Formats: sequence, C-alpha cells, structure tokens
Amino acid sequence: MKIDVKHTAKLANLPLKEEEVKKFEKQLSEILGYIEELNKVKLENVQATSQVTGLEDVTREDTASPSLPADEVVSQAKKKHNGFFEVPAILDE
Amino acid sequence: MKYTPVIGLEVHVELKTKSKMFCSCSADYFGQKPNSHTCPVCLGLPGALPVPNKQAIEWCVMIGLSLNCKIPLFSKFDRKNYFYPDLPKGYQISQYDEPFAVKGSIKLSSGKMIGITRAHMEEDTGKLLHETINGERVSLIDFNRSSVPLVEIVTEPDFTDAKEVKEYLQKLQQIVRYLDVSDADMEKGEMRLEPNISLRPNGSKGLPKYKVEVKNINSFNFVEDAINFEIKRQTEILESGETPLQETRGWNEDRKKTISQRVKEEANDYRYFPDPDIPPIRWKEPDIENLRNKMPELPEEKFIRFIKGYNLSEYNSEQLIRDKATADYFEEAVKIDPAISSKDIANWIINKKINIDKILPATLVKQIVSAQSVSGVTGEELEKVLKTVLESNQKSVDDYKAGKTNAIMFLVGQSMRELKGKEKADKVKAELEKLLK
Repeated sequence: MKIDVKHTAKLANLPLKEEEVKKFEKQLSEILGYIEELNKVKLENVQATSQVTGLEDVTREDTASPSLPADEVVSQAKKKHNGFFEVPAILDE
Repeated sequence: MKYTPVIGLEVHVELKTKSKMFCSCSADYFGQKPNSHTCPVCLGLPGALPVPNKQAIEWCVMIGLSLNCKIPLFSKFDRKNYFYPDLPKGYQISQYDEPFAVKGSIKLSSGKMIGITRAHMEEDTGKLLHETINGERVSLIDFNRSSVPLVEIVTEPDFTDAKEVKEYLQKLQQIVRYLDVSDADMEKGEMRLEPNISLRPNGSKGLPKYKVEVKNINSFNFVEDAINFEIKRQTEILESGETPLQETRGWNEDRKKTISQRVKEEANDYRYFPDPDIPPIRWKEPDIENLRNKMPELPEEKFIRFIKGYNLSEYNSEQLIRDKATADYFEEAVKIDPAISSKDIANWIINKKINIDKILPATLVKQIVSAQSVSGVTGEELEKVLKTVLESNQKSVDDYKAGKTNAIMFLVGQSMRELKGKEKADKVKAELEKLLK
C-alpha cells in the first residue's frame, strides 16, 4: 500500500524533513496495510456509522447571550494588536 | 462568436438570525469591537460543543422551498477541512452529500429555467485584515463573524450570458428579502457572488475541460463586467489555440479586469466527513408543510397577483414588487379611496418616485384626489381619451413621427375638444408626447 506522505503532510499542515518523509512513508504504509485487513469483513448489510448516540434533531432556539469579554479572548494569544489576533502576513491578493 | 459561455453561480447569503449558527453569541457583528462576539465554540477552542440554530435551519429550508427545491427528509452536517487563519477549528462546519435542499429551479423573465443544484447551511469564517505594523506585514483576525449562519446556493451551469446572471441574482436577493431571512446587502458582505465561467464551441454538448472561478465581486454591475471580461479573455485564448487555465481569479474594480489568484493544480482535498458533534436532522412531511405555510407571498406570485388583481401592466407590477415595502405601500394606498384607480396610484408611486418612508399612503391618495379634481379627469380617463384621439388621427401621428413636430398641436386641439377643457393643454401635450414616443 503506497501513500503520498508529502501530500498528506501538506493537508495536515505539518512540515516534514526529507528523512521524516521516508520514515513516515514506511510507517504509514504499514498502518494502511494493517487496516486493509478490514476489507475482508463482509459489510453488505451494514450501514456506515457516523453517529453512535442515536440522537437526532438536537438544536437550540435563536436567542443571543453574552459572549466572553473581548480582552479575555485575546489574553492568551501569542501576539495581539488592538484587540485582534495577530499572525504572520497571509498572502495579500 | 464561435463559443457559447457556460456559467454557473455560487451565492453565499448571510442570515440575519439573532445568534450565531452553532453558539449563542450575537450574530450582529457589523462594526463591533473586534473579538467581542466570541466564545469557545466560535473560537474553535478544544472541547467546545456546537449546537445548531433551529431558526437558521428553518430559514435555509425556506430558501430551498422558494427556489422550488426538494427537501430531503434526512440531512446532516459535515466537516470541510482546510487550514486558514480565519478558520479557527481547522475545518468549517458545512453540508456535503446530504444538504437541506436539492434540485430546484428558478424562472427568468425570458421563460428560461435555471437549475438550482442545492442550497445548504454552513458557518461563516472570521475576518482578516492585512496591515503593516512596525514595518512588518501582518494579518489581524477578528472572529466576530466566525460561525455566523450562511446559506450557500449553487446553480447548474445554465447561464449563457451576464444579463441572465444579473437577473437571477436580483431575483434571489428579492426572494431572501421577501422571506425576511437576510438583508442581502452586498456592500456589507451579506450576499457574496462567485460565478464560474468557461466557454464551449457553439453547438457542442457537455462541459468544457476547465472552468474559471471569479471572486471578490460585490455588486450586480461588477458581476456583469467580470463575466463579460472573462468571456472576452477566454475567447482570445481559445482562438489562439490554447485552453484557459483552471483557476480562481479576483475581480479588480479599479482596473476593470480579473486577476489570477490561485491556479488549481489539483482537485481540492477537503476530506469531508460527517460532523460527529452534531446529530443529524430528520424531518417529517408535516414539518416541511408547516414551514411552507409560514412563508410569505413571494415576488413571483405578487407580480402575477398585481397584474390580475389590480389590472396593472407588467411594467408597473414589476416596479412595485421590487421591494416588499413598496408593494405593501401600494396595497395600503389602494384600500383608502375606491374612487381612485389602482392604476393611477401605481403610476404616481412609480413616476413621481414617491418616498414611501416620508409620505403616508393616505397622504398620497389625498394628493392624487386633489390633482385630479383640478384637472377633472383621472389619469386613466385622460389616457383613454388621448389614445382614441391618436387612433382616429393617424395622419397627424405619422406626420409627427416623420419629424413634423408641429402636428402635435392639432392632436392637442382635438384632445382638448374631447376633454371639454377639463384638462390643461400643456399637460395634454406632455401626455401626448409620452404616448407618441
């Protein structure tokens, strides 16, 4: 089972060194191979499960209530500026 | 031209709920202090649990119903995974394969049907500002908009020119305003448009191999400009024997052109999966019927009712129903004095550009009554008399149209005789000139 580690790393936003690419390629391929085993299970009559609680229609009414204090919201940020979170520049169009 | 444009549209409409989509922070973020409308849910803090806003879901279904969509009885939320600083969780809660509304349509004035692929519910992202602070380029994030409810409406690639797109957008904006679920103010970003445009050789079937998506469009006029620009740009590329790149472009209003933003080398890999935090939604038929019954009369129905019920022209009806407030104002005014015809009231509102916020319907009707008592004839009667005069004096009409503008004086004289002097000559002349246009 072959895996495109670089693509996967990009999707996960993880920087990888060249030796890590090789290392994880091997490890992840083994894991995938192991998981392949599951393909032997007969699933014709089984529905995909994404919920296990059995709950449905859990909603809330449209009422607003107070938010967190704005200064508390940014208090733990690495960098902030005038109440905003500050991050390195994102490509300007 | 040897090519036919193939255009589809994605429109995002921000709902005007009181609270956000998945938490109870106020959704009224416009102009507020940054990050003052946030909580663990819309900041994407670990362990926070999103709970969907029932009102937003119902409004999404109503938008679907008004676009003649089918409402599947089972629906769910999914996670769309990607990294961007305005998306604190690393995923956007959206809907993937089981949206609230599918397979609808909307009819343009030409009679052409535009297919609606789907209307689904999702959450908005935070807002980014790009600034230079102490000589360093940085981005600033305000999460007040994060998780405000958005409905995305996707059409089939059924449009073939910019005019059709503009008409569709006006209709869609009208519908959400009639439903009173969004103000759809483009300048505030409450309605965002993303056309995708490609060209296929005339007569060929199937979709072109590429498509170009255009973003950053915040007015209906710009969408027309952007589409026309793309049609011209892509035609030139195709005529030189090349294929345009599959890419995202941005509309630059100052330069009146689209500019490449991002070339899509690979299909987006969002790895959608059902959001395990949010149980699915299951409707019963009566639930949908209840929502349908709660919906107000929509623009299309009102347009037809005004023509039939008030004996209006298509033009007048269309003008009056453009916004609900004007339509309501008209109906209010019609009730006041049965002696005043609905046609005259419509003409006054439209031609005199009545400010409906300042003049009460009753005041307007009084104005009409006094204007007509001076002239002694109603606008409707006047028009009828003038039309008869024109019909029975074809020669003068022809002379006038051939450039002998003096011929109108004879027509004025004839009209004055018919009206027995109950109207002023200059008014009659002005009305005749209008009819002769």
